[in-house]
Amino acid sequence: MLHTVNKSPFERNSLDACLGLAKAGSAILLIEDGVVGAIKGTTIESKLTETMQSSKIYVLGPDLAARGLSEDKLVDGIQVVDYGGFVDLAAENTAVQSWL
Amino acid sequence: MSEGTIKKFMYVNRKPPYGTVYALESLEVVLIGAAFDQDVSLAFIGDGVYQITKGQSTSDIGMKNFSPTYNALGDYDITKLYVEQESLTERGLSVDDLMDIVYEDEDDDWAEKPSIRVVSRAELADVIAGQDILLNF
Repeated sequence: MLHTVNKSPFERNSLDACLGLAKAGSAILLIEDGVVGAIKGTTIESKLTETMQSSKIYVLGPDLAARGLSEDKLVDGIQVVDYGGFVDLAAENTAVQSWL
Repeated sequence: MSEGTIKKFMYVNRKPPYGTVYALESLEVVLIGAAFDQDVSLAFIGDGVYQITKGQSTSDIGMKNFSPTYNALGDYDITKLYVEQESLTERGLSVDDLMDIVYEDEDDDWAEKPSIRVVSRAELADVIAGQDILLNF
């Protein structure tokens, strides 16, 4: 399943809720304000690295760029996708769960 | 507002830009309020620090990049942009990730000086405590 998260993990618990309920083998895509969680050296980095042992985490490139966050600041292992990649993820997965 | 009374106004920014309209609305109100010749400062706390990151590029999200506008604040005598150090650290950021926002100091032969003041949480608490009016976004 594809899980999308569009809220900052520093303001809302959407990402926590997602990580708690996403099964191993999930694809998790951070979009909109959710992209700020993908940066190295934050208070939530260890949660992401732990999740990536069993699931994949993606981040939407255009939303990173809008917030002045460069790809070299991402937590290792997080993959950047563009809108086409977002569509591919939605098509590859049987369902999409949007954590708002 | 009675003539001659100058109050300390602080705009408190706690949201990232673009995902919601708060950041842009705050900036609009700051610019409108600049007409009233008050003692204005801005605070960037929590996710608000993302509003003034350098290198913002919004061409691929179809929204206007309003970050260059922060550079114009100095022309409106808005020269105090407080950034909480702890908020940067918690987000893996440093002052080097922020725009170089400056103003020209008319009392010092128009020398360019930085508008951004990185302060600790305790220091910011004191600054907030000294305000007359606080506007939150």
